[in-house]
Amino acid sequence: MRVLKEICRQPTALFGLAVVLIVILMAIAAPLIAPFNPDEQMFDGLTLEGAPMPPGSQFLLGTDTLGRDLFSRMLFGARTSLIIGLVANGIAVAIGLFVGITAGYMRGWAGNLLMRFTDLMMAFPALLLAIVLAALLKPSLWIVAMVIALVNWVQVARIVYTETRGLVERDFILAERSLGAGHGRILLLHILPHLVPTAIVWGTLGIATTVLLEATLSFLGIGVQPPNPSWGNIIFESQSYFQAAPWLVFFPGAVILLTALAFNLVGDALRDILDPTQRGRG
Amino acid sequence: MNDIASRPATVLSVRDLSIDARTPSGLKRILDGISFDLAAGETLCLAGESGSGKSVTSLAIMGLLPKASLRVASGEIRLGETDLLRLSEKAMRRVRGGDVAMIFQEPMTSLNPVMNIGTQLVEAIREHQDTANAEDVAKRMLDAVHISDPVKRMTQYPHELSGGMRQRVMIAMALSCRPKVLIADEPTTALDVTVQAQILKLMRELKQEFGTSIVMITHDMGVVAEMADRVVIMQNGKTVEQGDVLDIFRRPSATYTRELLAAVPRLGTYAGTDEPPRISSAPAHLHFPKPVLEVSDLTVIYGGKSGWFGRGAEAPPTVKGISFRLEAGQTLGLVGESGSGKSTTGKAVLGLIPFKGSVRIDGQDIAGLSARAMQPIRRTAQMIFQDPYASLDPRMSVGAAIAEPLVIHTIGNASERRDRVAALLKRVGLTPDAAERYPHEFSGGQRQRICIARALALEPKLLIADESVAALDVSVRARVLDLMLELQEQMGLAYLFISHDMAVIEKMAHSVAVMRGGELVEMGTRRQVFEEQRDEYTRKLIGAVPIPDPEVYRKAALG
Repeated sequence: MRVLKEICRQPTALFGLAVVLIVILMAIAAPLIAPFNPDEQMFDGLTLEGAPMPPGSQFLLGTDTLGRDLFSRMLFGARTSLIIGLVANGIAVAIGLFVGITAGYMRGWAGNLLMRFTDLMMAFPALLLAIVLAALLKPSLWIVAMVIALVNWVQVARIVYTETRGLVERDFILAERSLGAGHGRILLLHILPHLVPTAIVWGTLGIATTVLLEATLSFLGIGVQPPNPSWGNIIFESQSYFQAAPWLVFFPGAVILLTALAFNLVGDALRDILDPTQRGRG
Repeated sequence: MNDIASRPATVLSVRDLSIDARTPSGLKRILDGISFDLAAGETLCLAGESGSGKSVTSLAIMGLLPKASLRVASGEIRLGETDLLRLSEKAMRRVRGGDVAMIFQEPMTSLNPVMNIGTQLVEAIREHQDTANAEDVAKRMLDAVHISDPVKRMTQYPHELSGGMRQRVMIAMALSCRPKVLIADEPTTALDVTVQAQILKLMRELKQEFGTSIVMITHDMGVVAEMADRVVIMQNGKTVEQGDVLDIFRRPSATYTRELLAAVPRLGTYAGTDEPPRISSAPAHLHFPKPVLEVSDLTVIYGGKSGWFGRGAEAPPTVKGISFRLEAGQTLGLVGESGSGKSTTGKAVLGLIPFKGSVRIDGQDIAGLSARAMQPIRRTAQMIFQDPYASLDPRMSVGAAIAEPLVIHTIGNASERRDRVAALLKRVGLTPDAAERYPHEFSGGQRQRICIARALALEPKLLIADESVAALDVSVRARVLDLMLELQEQMGLAYLFISHDMAVIEKMAHSVAVMRGGELVEMGTRRQVFEEQRDEYTRKLIGAVPIPDPEVYRKAALG
């Protein structure tokens, strides 16, 4: 409740929260709002020359190269992209936190092993890895989310590792140990809370990159399978028509940007609100 | 101040300097109408406790105020005829390092770690002097600050030098352009007391040699007495009092100055007594020899094996086979300079780092005990750290922090814990409503009280205090020490009191152990160690402590 109240006091955070909520609501209510079937290739969706229709009164945001309604596709695409952005990214941050904290706290050979593995993953071309994984497993939305998570946790792990190593050296951790606190207590109550800001910033920044990574995978034919729409694959499908039909790239691009920004604003606000040392300031 | 006519020319003059800090709730005045003059060849000390504005004053003179957060509200800083506050950044750059130079508290962070000493010195010299043989000047400067083998030093990197040597290099760099004014911001605070004595002596010599006037910023009244010709006492951004050093020490007119001087620990105050001063009226605990802590043949090797598969050479031991014992209600002062192994000893005694040898706490040997088996022993022995802010989790409320040991050891339920926390807070002189607040809302002294409350929560018999007052201002320090003595008298606590500060040890300890290079060089009752000083190193250590009495130094200079 306090968190909500605080957010309402900050106009930027409130704006972010509003955008996030609207996007989520629209994704959930897509079948109710969408004026057309997103996969239907409509006869009047193309001009006589066979070019996509620009935004107008019949098709709010225009149509794509196959004559499908862009607005409807974007509504349904929001479902895919939000799942990718939130779930895949969430899993990535969770894995990264787990690996980073464990390695940073344990040190020794186990910690070393974990970090060398992380470095190996980092050196490995992410896209290649994703292609291999996606090829081995039958592409579906959830598999794609898993693949993206397995590729994206690496940077988080690296950052969390460095921060944890710094935290472990701090006096208050030594003080906890001298009080007799066990490892679990130290990790959960005294190290994890300090990593929340990093996780939030990474989590929100990662939303845009994961949405685009999904689009890349779709483009290569191993992401979300057509005709299912996602913001990313709408862009990729139509990028060669950018000159002729700029709206096909502009609208989904703008929505990705806006959503990522909104999550970021909310994340920033959360980070400050959850930090007791910031309380009563600003 | 009456005989202005007979005084030498003024080099630097600060007039009505006021500085505002930008805070979210508007501008806040942090420096309020400071005025002072610095005469040629004079050492002026700006003395005060944390938050007095002394460092901000020095940054303002250097034109190094962080513009995003601080703003000069009014006043002028005259160097000769120029007002430094009206100079452009470009002109100011010429002044900085040329006419006015500065040395900082931490020489390691003020030197560039990836550049060798020679390059840094030569660069500083070339910046301000049009000279073809900057290398020669650099060598001469290193010679002037008494650095052995200057040619070799020029090729070395900062981490290869000791703290004292690094500060000498900083001084050489600052003086290389023969500045009119040298600003020294706590130049010896980070150094060991014996090194501090050498650096202060060097600064006095160089002042004569280079004819530089010095503005010295310090919190240490002993350093003031040793160095200053005149003193400006500052508090909360205001000048409390200024004048000749002898007058200030002998006839302080402001109450604050008197309090400050009274709080300064003087070595030898407790000469001729066997016990620390009594604070409370609690009946003296009967002294019966019941050892709380027995350490024998303690050896600590840091880092263990190095190299990829642990095949590297073993590091040299930090603590080399020391033995001592501590009885209930007593304090053992463990004193030594940095790197002597005193803090390592403290951590090993609590089983926080691996060690060899035997440590018995309340009769039980803790060597090789698992974390679980250590658990009951943790209730007997607790620790108070140097930096109270660093040793409190900033994301945890004070109440939760103090209740933490009770939760860990599953003592009481939530409401009992709350009562206990309130009682503990009262016990250390804070109000129970402090429990709701967070560590950053408290001052340094209050935070250390919180740490003491947390350590007391388990009703231990032994407290290990590792430099527990070193980060506190003198006046606060005295009160925290008194609190610790009072707690000892009332609860029969034993303290292992680790400190580099001889005066603090003299006040607190029943017996004293002097450490150097991981070994105990001398151990005995406080009286033996301080008054008989059988060991050469102990004598040196005690002799190096600055005495807060300017007359001692005046006499020494004459004789």
